[in-house]
Amino acid sequence: MIDERPLPKPDHDSEQYWAAARRHELVLQQCEACAKFRFYPRSVCPNCLSDRFQWKHASGRGSVYSFTIIHRPPLPAFRNRVPYVLALIELEEGVRMMTNIVECHPADVYIGMSVEVTFEDVTEDITLPQFKPLTQGGRS
Amino acid sequence: MNGPFKRNVVIAGVAESDLGHDIGLTILQHQALAARRALDDAGLSKHDVNAVMAVDFLGLPSLQIAEYLGIQPQFTDTTVTGGAAFENLVEHATLAIHAGLCDVVLITYGSTLHSDRRRVIERGGIDPRMPPTQFETPYGDLSPISAYALAAMRHMHEFGTTSEQLAHVAVSTRQWAMMNPQALMRLPITIDDVLASPMVCSPLHRLDCCVMTDGGGAIVLTSAERAGDLRRAPVYVIGSGFYSTHHTISQMQNLTTTGAVVSGRRAFQIAGVTPDDIDVVQIYDSFTISVILAVEDLGFCQKGEGGAFVENGRLGPDGDLPTNTSGGGLSYTHPGALGLFLIIEAVRQLRGECGARQVPGAQLALVHGIGGWLSSHATLILAR
Ligand SMILES: [Zn+2]
Repeated sequence: MIDERPLPKPDHDSEQYWAAARRHELVLQQCEACAKFRFYPRSVCPNCLSDRFQWKHASGRGSVYSFTIIHRPPLPAFRNRVPYVLALIELEEGVRMMTNIVECHPADVYIGMSVEVTFEDVTEDITLPQFKPLTQGGRS
Repeated sequence: MNGPFKRNVVIAGVAESDLGHDIGLTILQHQALAARRALDDAGLSKHDVNAVMAVDFLGLPSLQIAEYLGIQPQFTDTTVTGGAAFENLVEHATLAIHAGLCDVVLITYGSTLHSDRRRVIERGGIDPRMPPTQFETPYGDLSPISAYALAAMRHMHEFGTTSEQLAHVAVSTRQWAMMNPQALMRLPITIDDVLASPMVCSPLHRLDCCVMTDGGGAIVLTSAERAGDLRRAPVYVIGSGFYSTHHTISQMQNLTTTGAVVSGRRAFQIAGVTPDDIDVVQIYDSFTISVILAVEDLGFCQKGEGGAFVENGRLGPDGDLPTNTSGGGLSYTHPGALGLFLIIEAVRQLRGECGARQVPGAQLALVHGIGGWLSSHATLILAR
């Protein structure tokens, strides 16, 4: 088991998020009381505790808030991936999430870099949102 | 003026178990050995103890160690805030003694981190549905190193902090360790050695990260009144503060400003002293960046100036802010949680027991615990 990449196990808070990822869509919860977006998904708003929210399609664009290049694999499953980029992305909606920066050399990543979401189908059930440099042709 | 922090509660005894690699003791043996030594140090017996506090990440730690030692406590606490927990427990012990709920508090910790080869701290228990295991672990984060690396990278971006400046922390800390017979790493290192050590999570090299050891520790607190006829000079708890800003690193709103701003401000306020008054500092140095963030947030320098502040041996034996005089987590010991060992060293410095590494005339010490992923911050101010 430990040779397999650890994968999320969706729960009541997150099953719609992961189901959307499976369709290659990035969705976020938006509070109906205070209009704030939040990440990660949860049953109440961390700004006002309202339990009224809607799932919204995210733009999928953001910028690198910080990153690190991982040189030592945390688990055997990551042995063939090092070095890889672990990053915190600030989405246009104002939330931050952890991800990898893919489709680019780790040495080319910088703070403030514009990125857009892409999807990695890992198993039948789980697709991980990833980010890549925003391409020239990307809408802006 | 006669509040719980006005020299009413003291740390009366401190001790380590045996520290290092593959010591061959269990977690409970580490705690029992340290507890016996700390009670001896205080001149108290186990029959005097009526409160037991311990932290672990599994089970019922305070009940377990109390049973092992044959103590039936009337007050207990097992605050789980990561590495900051022991500074929290001292705050709680101080309040409990002051309130008359107990007289003598024993706080213990033991770990077999190194011999268990637990390289990655497990998060969110074993439940794969917890937020960190759903939204961070699948991306291959190397917890907790990667979290501190993200903070270090952002600090470099915002303030121009350099890898050399981070390395100064490791070098100064090693200079202290060279004078501590208990320290695991005692060979001198240079800035170049730190920079040449393997990169783990950029910008953190191997020598920017703490050692991993087995070990245990214990401290004994009691009322100042009771401490009058004990074996050692009392060390007073005169200030404390706690603040937590997040649990999971991706939820930390500002990666370069920590909860130490709030915990430190409150500890100084309660103690009625300022950073300028502090003679010796113990900061949870799981990583070099932790120390740079803490000296800024505790008010020893301005935000963003921590990198320049730690240059030129300022934290070392010849510097004007002696910091992590035991050799800290970077060179002395780090059995999973360092917070108790920071307190032990501060007490020894205030008693003048530190031999070659003694800070002459140390009267006031600051101890700062950090837990989780820069998540929890607990500051203590101790006085002789
Ligand atoms: Zn809201």
